[in-house]
Amino acid sequence: MFASALIVFRETLEAALILGILAAATRGVAGRGRWLGSGVALGFLGALVVAGLTDRIAGLADGLGHEMFNAAVLAIAVGMLAWHNIWMARHGREMACDARQLGRAVSSGTLSMTALTIAVALAVLREGAETVLFMQGLLSDGGGSGSLVAGGGMGLAAGAAVGLALYAGMLRIPAAWFFTATSGLILLLAATMASQMARQLMQADVLPSLAAPLWDLHTVLPTDSAIGILLHSLVGYEASPAGIQVLFYVTAAALILAGMLRVNVRAPVRSPDYR
Amino acid sequence: MPRTSNRLTQSAAFLVLLLSAAFPARAADDVEVAVAIRDHRFEPAELRVPANRKVKLLVENHDATAEEFESHELNREKIVPAKGKVAIYIGPLASGRYPFYGEYHDKTARGVVVAE
Repeated sequence: MFASALIVFRETLEAALILGILAAATRGVAGRGRWLGSGVALGFLGALVVAGLTDRIAGLADGLGHEMFNAAVLAIAVGMLAWHNIWMARHGREMACDARQLGRAVSSGTLSMTALTIAVALAVLREGAETVLFMQGLLSDGGGSGSLVAGGGMGLAAGAAVGLALYAGMLRIPAAWFFTATSGLILLLAATMASQMARQLMQADVLPSLAAPLWDLHTVLPTDSAIGILLHSLVGYEASPAGIQVLFYVTAAALILAGMLRVNVRAPVRSPDYR
Repeated sequence: MPRTSNRLTQSAAFLVLLLSAAFPARAADDVEVAVAIRDHRFEPAELRVPANRKVKLLVENHDATAEEFESHELNREKIVPAKGKVAIYIGPLASGRYPFYGEYHDKTARGVVVAE
C-alpha cells in the first residue's frame, strides 16, 4: 500500500504544485475557482482519454509517439504560462494596487485565465494519465487491490496537501513581494516545462543532447531525494541535465522575462484597452 | 494582442523549422538493443552497449499491465504500454554502469545498462 501511495504521490505532486502556484497567483480574481476547477476537470477527463489511447500513441512515430505527444503538450503549456505571465506583467500591478479595478481587469483578462485553465488541464492530463495507467495495472494485477487503491488515494491526498501547503505559504508572502514571487515562480515553471520538452525530443532523437550530462550532482543532491523531487517539480532541478535541456530552460526563461519587461515598460499604468 | 500572437506564430514557425532541420540528421546506423519485460522483470537484466555511441533501446512489454521505464542515471523516463513496444534513445554514454527500473514494479523490474 505504501509503495502505491508513494508512486501516486510523485505523479500528483507536480500537478498539485503547479495548481498551488497558479491558484496563489490569481488570488482575488473573481471566478478563479471556476477557471482552475474546470482546468482540473478537463485535465482529468483528458488523462482518462490519453490513458485509454496509450497503445495507439506509443505506436506512432516508430515507437516514439509518446515523446512527440508530450513535447506538444509541454510546448502548449509553456506558451500558455508565458502568455499569462506577460499579460499579468502589464495588468497585475494595477490589479494589486487598486481592488476597484479588479472587476474590469478581470473581464478583460478572460483570455489570460483561459490560458491558465489550459495550462492546468495539461499538467493534470500529463501526470494523471500516468497515474491512471499505474492504477489500472494494480487493479488488473489483482491480489489485495483494495489496499493498493487505498494507497493510491493516500498518495493523491498527500500530493494535494503539499500543493495546498505551497498555496497557503505563498499567500503569506508580503504584498510588496507577492507579484514578483508569483510571476517568478510561474516563469520558472514554464522554463522547467521547456526543459522537459527538450528531454522528450532528445529521448526521441529529434534534438541532439549537446552535452549529456552537462554536469553531474548525483552525489550532492540526487534528483530522487526528497529535496531533489521538490526542487525538480518547482524549478526543474535535475542532478545531471543534458546541455539541450539547460539551453531550453535558459532560453525560455529569458524570452518570457524579456516579454514581461517589454510590456511593462511600454504599457501606461492604467490602460483601459489592453488589446 | 496582435503583437503577442504574432510573436507566438513566429516562435511556432521557428520551432517547426528547427524540428524539420533536425529530422534528417537521424543516423541510419543506430545501434539497436532489445529488452523485454516479462512478469515485471527485464530480460536480459543487463544490457551491454558500446560506449560513446547513440543507442536505440527497443523495449517490448509482454505483461498485461503498463510499465514505466525509468532511470535517473540515463536521464530517461517512458511509459511502455501493456503488450506494447516502444523505442528509447540513450547515450552517447561514457563507459560505466547505468541502472534502470520499472517504476510501477520497482521491486522486481530492475536492470542495468553497461556501456563499454
